[in-house]
Amino acid sequence: MPFIPHTETDIQAMLATIGVADIDDLFDEIPENLRAGEMHDIPTMMSEMDISRLMMQRAHLDGLPLNFIGAGAYEHHIPAAVWQLTTRGEFYSAYTPYQAEASQGTLQLIYEFQTMMTDLTAMDASNASLYDGASATAEAVLMAIRVNRKSKSRHILLPKSLNPVYRKTIRAICEPQGIKLSEISFSQQTGKTDFSALAEYSKQDITALVIPQINFFGVIEEFDELTQWAEDNGSIAISVANPLLLSVMKPPGEWGRQGIDIAVGEGQPLGAPLSSGGPYYGYMCCKKKHIRQMPGRIVGRTTDADGKQGFVLTLQAREQHIRRSKATSNICTNQGLVVTASTIHMSLLGEEGLARVASQCYKNTHLLQEKLIACGLTPLQSGDCFHEFILPLDKPANEVIDAMAEEGISAGYNLSEDYPEFDSALLVCVTETKSESDLDWYVATLIRYLSQ
Amino acid sequence: MSNIPSELKYTSSHEWVRDNGNGTVTIGITDHAQAALGDIVFVELPEMGNEYEQGDECTVIESVKAASDVYCPIAGVVVEINENLEDEPEVINSDAYMEGWIFTLEMTESLDHLMNAEAYAAACADDAH
Amino acid sequence: MSKPSNSMNDKLIFEHSRQNRRAYSQAPFEEIDLGELPIRFRRKSSLKHLPATSEMQVVRHYTRLSQKNFSIDTEFYPLGSCTMKYNPRACNSLAMLPQMLARHPYAPEQFSQGFLSCMYELQQMLHSVTGMHGVSLTPMAGAQGEFAGVAMIQAYHRANNDTARTEIIVPDAAHGTNPATAIMCGYKVKEIRTNRNGDVDIEALKAAVGPQTAGIMLTNPSTLGVFEKKIKEIADIVHQVGGLLYYDGANLNAILGKVRPGDMGFDVIHLNLHKTFSTPHGGGGPGSGAVGVSKRLLPYMPVPTVIQEEGVYRLETDAQRPNSIGHLSAFAGNAGVLIRAYVYMRMLGREGMVRVSEFAALNANYLMTRLADAGFDLAFPERRASHEFIVTLKRQAKEHNATAMDFAKRLLDFGYHAPTTYFPLLIPECLLIEPTETEAKEDIDGFVEAMIAILKEAETDIDKLKGAPWTQANRRFDEVKAARQLDIKWVE
Repeated sequence: MPFIPHTETDIQAMLATIGVADIDDLFDEIPENLRAGEMHDIPTMMSEMDISRLMMQRAHLDGLPLNFIGAGAYEHHIPAAVWQLTTRGEFYSAYTPYQAEASQGTLQLIYEFQTMMTDLTAMDASNASLYDGASATAEAVLMAIRVNRKSKSRHILLPKSLNPVYRKTIRAICEPQGIKLSEISFSQQTGKTDFSALAEYSKQDITALVIPQINFFGVIEEFDELTQWAEDNGSIAISVANPLLLSVMKPPGEWGRQGIDIAVGEGQPLGAPLSSGGPYYGYMCCKKKHIRQMPGRIVGRTTDADGKQGFVLTLQAREQHIRRSKATSNICTNQGLVVTASTIHMSLLGEEGLARVASQCYKNTHLLQEKLIACGLTPLQSGDCFHEFILPLDKPANEVIDAMAEEGISAGYNLSEDYPEFDSALLVCVTETKSESDLDWYVATLIRYLSQ
Repeated sequence: MSNIPSELKYTSSHEWVRDNGNGTVTIGITDHAQAALGDIVFVELPEMGNEYEQGDECTVIESVKAASDVYCPIAGVVVEINENLEDEPEVINSDAYMEGWIFTLEMTESLDHLMNAEAYAAACADDAH
Repeated sequence: MSKPSNSMNDKLIFEHSRQNRRAYSQAPFEEIDLGELPIRFRRKSSLKHLPATSEMQVVRHYTRLSQKNFSIDTEFYPLGSCTMKYNPRACNSLAMLPQMLARHPYAPEQFSQGFLSCMYELQQMLHSVTGMHGVSLTPMAGAQGEFAGVAMIQAYHRANNDTARTEIIVPDAAHGTNPATAIMCGYKVKEIRTNRNGDVDIEALKAAVGPQTAGIMLTNPSTLGVFEKKIKEIADIVHQVGGLLYYDGANLNAILGKVRPGDMGFDVIHLNLHKTFSTPHGGGGPGSGAVGVSKRLLPYMPVPTVIQEEGVYRLETDAQRPNSIGHLSAFAGNAGVLIRAYVYMRMLGREGMVRVSEFAALNANYLMTRLADAGFDLAFPERRASHEFIVTLKRQAKEHNATAMDFAKRLLDFGYHAPTTYFPLLIPECLLIEPTETEAKEDIDGFVEAMIAILKEAETDIDKLKGAPWTQANRRFDEVKAARQLDIKWVE
């Protein structure tokens, strides 16, 4: 049987030791009327060769289109060493590092990860990661409620320029606890959060303000002013920032006058493949004074009985396995394996590598915009966007996506569904993975279809 | 046997209360409680001016392996907190009744419901069984 | 460790860093000006703590680090309630086919039929093994599956205008996530006792339920490693007062193919695919916590599930499940993990599926019998082990000052990962032991020999235990120092 090593001799010897005649006797505590029947709906077992053939067929169906979709998940080059090392059995098949002496590999790696994330964000402390960017943002909202003890309103402001599915996730996770969420509109000209809409809430008791950077439209928000608004209003400031871009962009810890309180975001651009949306990881950093309200695992450096340096999980009393119903969150896992990949990825790229990747994304994006403009199209926000932009179309976006797909191109994200105010528009993303000839092919294919 | 000073009052949840004679009481956790918790690493202090009813959770004490709530033994308003615990929480381990005090309340009810040392000692002895 | 070591092996990656060194092949060669990017948006502070290293330094550093871990691939890892079974390599390599890795979560359906067909079939298979009516794969881990489960119970009661239900009942033996989850959904937690045999105390349950009961969170087999025999009676008691049953399915490995949560009367379940369906634990994640629901909870499942319309596989839209509890993450769950679970289930097939629980039970009961014969005390000696069981070292702790922690640390010296210690909290000085079905008899025998040797040391040479481990990269840690003098990032 697959993955079961027992020989008939083993089985007989083991049953004799236990003192039963048959394996089925081991289930004699299960009432007879609850016994399951045959699982006819499960297909019959497959050898590795057969399942490999099947999976390669399935993979072939999906192909390798030229991808211009971002919208929260970004295609980047990942060094070969990253996942080769990450899938070493010692990382891949280890459990949560509760036995510290037998888990120094994972623990030291998380300590290194925490160091890198606090450096990128310019924050004091990092946890060992949460599930993904959306759920980490929801956790940041819950954390802000605990941190901002002066605020009694449990009222959170979410810019409409924040990724729509992040807003939905925040709703799903936070609303059961009676947290009030209000959305702040944006300027359709600039794609940035509208300060006059925000001003309506000035002097009100607002527990926290979420600040996306870059926002869902690929636009750089006026993050300093937004942070200052939160500071002036007694609100906790939460940043949702793309960590790769922080290699060249002002980090959340330096926004406003005192910096962001809680910095979260999607870690995927730092070493996780697109992989249909996961596994990714959400990073979370905070100011030192908030650390006891931060959910998730944290690794600390200490010494052992011989005085030798080593690493342990620390501040565990915040967590569910000790604090039970009073824990900061019900979360147990971090996205360990993806954090492993990400730490190796950041090590390989370093400061200069990450900055070069980010800059190449910026350059390619603006190059594509120029090419589109030269063909008479009118992408929005050409100045303050980073590696994604809105492309208004005079044909329905879903039809454009379909037509481009026929040519092997994923043309972009259909913005019209979440933002009907844009009529028909694509959200187009260009990373360092695209060559100039890729861009030319994109433009030519698009123009050919639009001019039909 | 743990140390249970006779001049203090106690709760079954292991808080001690010292009557300061001026309408305020000082509150901490007992020697028995600190020993059960082990090495204390953090104390989340109540905020000045907070108002509590008897039995409210007002402070969290963390050791490496546990986090334990302190229940307010008596109704009142917080007028002083032991800020030194922020940097040296371990003084609760070394000196639970003096240096390890947690906060002072201006009380809004009497102390009559609290246990004396003898009754608390008996309660601890029961716990041990 | 047995490998020779020198001072370079204990460094942090940052200590290998030198100015102007880098892995040249990994980033664009061209130096690029950020052009029109306004200065006020740009970073001025340098990244002092991103290492500047060569590719080989990175590879060697992390290879050496990996060697400081225990793992399933290197050691027997009988960690109770974690199901540390072999993670087949094919599951990994097939999830990492280039097309699988490159597929964007919002890829047009022309580039999605392969992936989505796998997800659709995975839903069907989970549906079949659980006996539930619908399956959503979106929860990212067990705790999120739990959250989804309780949130669906809440949505159901609200839809019925049944708003007086404010309590979730949780047995005192439950995993800590259960009460934490109930609180996250805004419920009060009511704990009920477990009786001497490890079963829910039926009288306590009857006394606890009422019109305020939203539901109960149960695990079966329980965290105590025994099958809850009166499960039908429990289901009836809770259903009679209008409450729903949530099944913490972390332990499906014990009953796969033998009994289905749907048949036991549960309304909603979550499954830890990283346990029963062998996706990697990865040093602490990613998990994957698919949920299954009964008919009445179908409208509330987290979106998006995978549907088939006119022969095309699609992710459902929000409008197709308007009463859903919503999105729990940005996309549709830990897709790469789900692919691994799919491959694993196809490799097992219907023949292999039932063998999982049979051999998990055989190994657990065999190991339990051997340890009992060797003089260890079982927490529930009258009961069968499910896929796991509990040894209590209360007697050894009292007689020899040999605690569960001492046994755990000493086992590392014998080349075995420790069982789970001090969980469940109800059993003093406990070891929760789960060998899983993929261990051979001789490996289990080796573990028994080590336990016997340690028991002997406890009687004759307790310092061997108290000072353990002796053979790892580190001895026991000063955890008090770690918490008091918080050092959670490297500073030059």
